[in-house]
Amino acid sequence: MNPVTDLPLWAAWLIAFFLLLGAGLTLIGSFGLFRLPGFYDRIHAPTLGTSWGTAGIVIASVIYFSVTESQLVLHPLLIGVFVTVTTPVTLILLSRAALYRDRAENNPDVPSLQLLENTSQESGSKTDSVTVHESIGTAKE
Amino acid sequence: MNRLFPYPFLVVLLVITWLMLAGFSVGQFLPGTLTAIMAAWGLAALHPVKPRFQRRDLLFKLAAVVFYDIIRSNIAVAGIILRGGKKAGVSSFITIPLDLRDPTGLAILAVIITGTPGTAWIDYNSARSTLTLHVFDLVDEAAWLDLIKNRYEYLLREIFE
Amino acid sequence: MSAIIFFWSVTVAQTALGIAMVLAFARMIRGPRAQDRVLGLDALYSNAMLLMLVFGIGTGNSLYFEISLIMSALGFVATVALAKFLMRGEVIE
Repeated sequence: MNPVTDLPLWAAWLIAFFLLLGAGLTLIGSFGLFRLPGFYDRIHAPTLGTSWGTAGIVIASVIYFSVTESQLVLHPLLIGVFVTVTTPVTLILLSRAALYRDRAENNPDVPSLQLLENTSQESGSKTDSVTVHESIGTAKE
Repeated sequence: MNRLFPYPFLVVLLVITWLMLAGFSVGQFLPGTLTAIMAAWGLAALHPVKPRFQRRDLLFKLAAVVFYDIIRSNIAVAGIILRGGKKAGVSSFITIPLDLRDPTGLAILAVIITGTPGTAWIDYNSARSTLTLHVFDLVDEAAWLDLIKNRYEYLLREIFE
Repeated sequence: MSAIIFFWSVTVAQTALGIAMVLAFARMIRGPRAQDRVLGLDALYSNAMLLMLVFGIGTGNSLYFEISLIMSALGFVATVALAKFLMRGEVIE
């Protein structure tokens, strides 16, 4: 009744390895999401689950269904493709929304629009800011 | 040909996806092909920017590089989280001037950067063509700049420009 | 022997994903800000999707695959809609 008992030993070890790799990475990612301070740190944590976390479990299910149905079963790979394509979209939208909200509140931790303009002008603006600082220093003296 | 099948590669991909989901048989091949062709017409009606591939052979090299980098950064970020958030550097924003202009190339760069743990794509300023990233473990800013410019952007510019 | 390895790896993976879901849910409840909650919801969706895939392996039923496909699609749409709302709905009235 149960196809699991006919599973070859090598397949069982491979499935176990990829399952535990995927689930373990996803758990570490969610742990990081829970523990890390600050939104921009946390945004890195779930990508563990969506990169190799998903890949490990998808590979395990490809191996399992291919072995038990004695033919190459590739449809779990579609989940991997779907997750790879959608995760960047959600994370980019979310981080842009967070940046927008932080800028609207004048949060000092995020790069402001003016700062971005300065850095894009490269070294020229750097020397400018140095001279400005010096002139402030002399003015105080 | 061009009017009837505007995106042959997309049609093939959609038919393969359909068959993977519904099972490989002639009875599924016909509705799958019909749907895929109609989806291609729908896409053509939107007039999207058609990607111009200059060097398709380098796509595989890019995929291999990204595959290796994702494994490496998975290990790095998992290690940092397991050590309780202690890391060698700081997490901070960096701004990188980009030379890549092709929209498809930029989209692929966004997928690479966000899909790799440890870097997040925050903002792209198309007027100044600067990219703002958030790096989880920033030790040396020049090393990250070098990684993005020489490892990914160089390949993407070779492929698309 | 292979059945024992298979059973235990599936059980451990399900437990790990269950704990991951709890952690993501805790982040969703704790916040502190709206974007943290949306990030928690996104992680909760993707963890639940992976749990469904592991259920599929454990029971040998490929119906779970379709559930996880629907879940990932719903999670994507929900997160995109919420991110869009954060950008346009709340800060500027």
